[in-house]
Amino acid sequence: MTSFWSAWVIILTSITIIIMTWVLIANKRAERRTGERTTGHVYDGIEEYDNAIPTWWFWMFIITIVWGVAYLVVYPGMGNFPGVIGWTQIDQHDRSVAAADEKYRAMRDRYLALPVEEIAVDPAVRKMGARMFSNNCAQCHGSDAKGSYGFPNLADNDWIYGGEAETIKQTLIGGRQAAMPAWGSIIGDQGVSETTAYMLSLNGRQADPELAAAGESKYATYCAACHGADAGGNTAMGAPNLSNGIWLYGGTEAQIAHSIRAGRNGVMPAFAETLSEDKIHILTAYVYGLNR
Amino acid sequence: MSDPDLIDVQDIAPAEVAEMDPYQHREKIYTRKIEGFFQRLRLYTGWPLLLGYLLLPWLNWDGRQAILFDLPARKFHIFGLTLWPQDFPLLAFMMIIAAFALFTVTVFAGRVWCGYTCPQTVWTSIFMWWEQKSEGSRNQRIKRDNSGWNLDKIWRKLLKHSGWLVVAFVTGLTFVGYFYPVKALVVELASFSTGIQQFAWTAFFTCATYINAGWLREKVCTHMCPYARFQSVMFDQDTLIVSYDPNRGETRGSRKRGIDYAAQGLGDCIDCELCVQVCPTGIDIRDGLQYECIGCALCIDACDSVMEKMSYDTGLIRYTSEHQLEGGTTHWIRPRLIGYLLVFALMTGLFSYQLLSRVPLELTVIRDRSQLYITTDSGAIENIYTLHLVNMDKDSHQFEITISGVKNANIVGETVHALNGGEVREISLRVSARPEVLNSPSSVLTFEAQATERPNLQARSESRFLKPL
Repeated sequence: MTSFWSAWVIILTSITIIIMTWVLIANKRAERRTGERTTGHVYDGIEEYDNAIPTWWFWMFIITIVWGVAYLVVYPGMGNFPGVIGWTQIDQHDRSVAAADEKYRAMRDRYLALPVEEIAVDPAVRKMGARMFSNNCAQCHGSDAKGSYGFPNLADNDWIYGGEAETIKQTLIGGRQAAMPAWGSIIGDQGVSETTAYMLSLNGRQADPELAAAGESKYATYCAACHGADAGGNTAMGAPNLSNGIWLYGGTEAQIAHSIRAGRNGVMPAFAETLSEDKIHILTAYVYGLNR
Repeated sequence: MSDPDLIDVQDIAPAEVAEMDPYQHREKIYTRKIEGFFQRLRLYTGWPLLLGYLLLPWLNWDGRQAILFDLPARKFHIFGLTLWPQDFPLLAFMMIIAAFALFTVTVFAGRVWCGYTCPQTVWTSIFMWWEQKSEGSRNQRIKRDNSGWNLDKIWRKLLKHSGWLVVAFVTGLTFVGYFYPVKALVVELASFSTGIQQFAWTAFFTCATYINAGWLREKVCTHMCPYARFQSVMFDQDTLIVSYDPNRGETRGSRKRGIDYAAQGLGDCIDCELCVQVCPTGIDIRDGLQYECIGCALCIDACDSVMEKMSYDTGLIRYTSEHQLEGGTTHWIRPRLIGYLLVFALMTGLFSYQLLSRVPLELTVIRDRSQLYITTDSGAIENIYTLHLVNMDKDSHQFEITISGVKNANIVGETVHALNGGEVREISLRVSARPEVLNSPSSVLTFEAQATERPNLQARSESRFLKPL
C-alpha cells in the first residue's frame, strides 16, 4: 500500500470509530424515559417513542468498539501499521507447515530410512502415494498411471529411463528432457518410408520386405546409436525400446513415420522444488510398486 | 365495519392494562410448592425421559457407544444404523416430522410440550425442587432474601448453587457424551487430561444449564423461545387451554368455610392467590389466556387442593377450551387437526421409506479432464475415470464394478474391490471402446457397483464417454 492509501485507511477508520462512539454516547441520555416524547414517525397510526437504547445494548456496542480498537492495535489493520505482535498470514502459514512437519517427522524419517523396494508394498505408503500421484502426476500420466499419447505408461514393465527405484527417484527429482532428432531432411521421404517399414517388420507387423530391408541399413546408420543395434533401447539416454510394441507417440504406420520425420521432444518436469525429499521417496515407492 | 373483506376487530385492551415499561426490572418469581394430579403426571412422564437422556450414552452396541454423533468423523451412530453426511435429508425429514408432531399436539392440547416435556420446564422444575429443599418454602425464601446476610443465608445459598451446579454438570457432561465417547470423557475429566474442546463444551453446557434453569427460567419462555411466540396461530377455540372459569369463580372474595357464599353474591373463587403463587411464569391465570402460560397445570393442582379443602367442586381452573367456557362443547375433530395429522403421517411414511430403502453404498465417478480421450494403437478409444466408492455399511463387502450404456465397452483395470466397513476407496480405471459403434462423440456411460454376495447393495453413477469428433 502506498503511504497515501495507508493514510486514507487510517484516517477513515479513525473518523468512523470516533463518530460511532459519539453517536452512541450522544444517544445514551442520562434521562431514561421521556414519557410522551415520540420520534414523530407515524405508521398506520402507530407511533414510536423516542427512548434511549437499552443499557445492555449500549454496553454491547461499547464492548464491540473496545474490541475493534484493541484489534487494530494488536493486528494489522490500520493501513501499513503491522500491529504490535507483528502477525502475518505468511507467518501463520509457515508456522502451520512447520507444525505439520513436526507432527509427521517421525513417520517421514521412518520411511526415509527404509529402501523404496521395501516400502513399496506398505498399504499406508500406497495410500499416501496414490494421493500424491493424483495431485502431481495424474494430469499427464492419467489417474490410473497407464499414460496416454506422449506420456508413458508407468504401470507396465517398459521403462524409458529404467525402472529401478533409484532411476525413478532421479526422474522425479530432476525431470527428463527427451529429444529425438528430426530425420526427414537427412534421410528423405524414401528413407522415412524404409525405416518405418523396418520398424513394422521388427515388431512382427506387415511391411514391404524390400523397404524393410533397406530400412534396416538406414536404422544401423542413423538410429542404432541411440536405440541400440537390436532396437532394445537405451535407458541411459532415454531412447525407447522400439521392438516391444509399445509406442509412446502412437504405433500406426503414419505415426511412426511422423516420429522419424519430425522427431519428438518429451518433457518430464523436475519435482525437487515442488515436493520434499520424503514425499518424493514415497511417490517413488508408489510408482515403483505400480506394476508389482 | 361494512367491508365484508375486513375482519371485524374491536378494541380488546382492558382499561387497566398499563403501558409496559421497557426498562422494568425483572421481578423475581418465588414459586410455591404444590402437589397434585398434574404434578404426578409430569413426574411419571418426566422420569423415563430424563433417565433415557442420562443413560442412553452409556449403552453399547456392537462394541461401540450405541448413540454417538461423531462430528470429527462425520458419522452418526444410532444403534445399528450409521448415518453419513450423505444421509442429511433424513435429518431434514426428522425435523419436519418433529415440527408437525408439535403442531398437531398444540392444535389438540395446547402447550403440553411446554408444560411437560420441554427441557427448559423440566430442568427448571428440578432446580426449583432443589431450591425448595435447600432454602425452604416460598415464604421462607422471600423472607430470607429480604433479610440481611447471615450464616444461615450464606450456607443455604451455597448449598442451592452447588446443587444446581452438580445437576448442570451432569446435564452438560451427558450432552457432550452424545458427541464424544462418554466413558473416555468421564475418565479424562476426572483425571484433568481432557482435550480443550471437550472441556470447553462440557463447561459451556454446564453454564448454559445453570443459567437457563437457575436464573433465566421463565424469561426463556417469554422472551427467547420462538415457539412460545408463534404457537398462538395454532390455537383455535377448541384447543385445550389451562383456564379459570369466570362464570363459576366470579365474584371472587374471601369467606368463612361452610357459609352460603352465593347468598352474599360471591362465586367459587376464594381469592387465595395460590394459583398466582405457584405459577412458574408469574401470571394470574384468572386474567385469561396469556402468552406467558406454558400450560403446566400447576395452578390447576393448586386450585383443586383449595376447592377440596373448601368442599367445593374441583375444576375452577382446568384444562378446557374456549368453546366449553362459553357453554358449548369442545369439537375434538377439526379440519386443522386432521390436516396436521395427515402431513405428519405423510412425513413419517416418507421418512420410514427413506430409512428402509437406504442403500449404504455410494458411488461417484469423476472423468479425467486432462485427456478427453486416448486413441490406442489398435484404434480403440480409451477414457480414464476415478471412482469414489464409499462402503457405508458396517461390514466388509466385495464390490464388482460394471459399466453399461456404451456398446462392447470394457474396463481396463481391476473391477473387483474388497472394501472394509466404512471404507472410502478411490479406484482409477479406464474404459475402452471401439469408436465405430459410437453414434455420438459423447455418450452416456453408467457405472454400477454391486456387492457380490448382496445384490441389493448397489449404487450407480453416470458419466460420459468421449471419442474424437
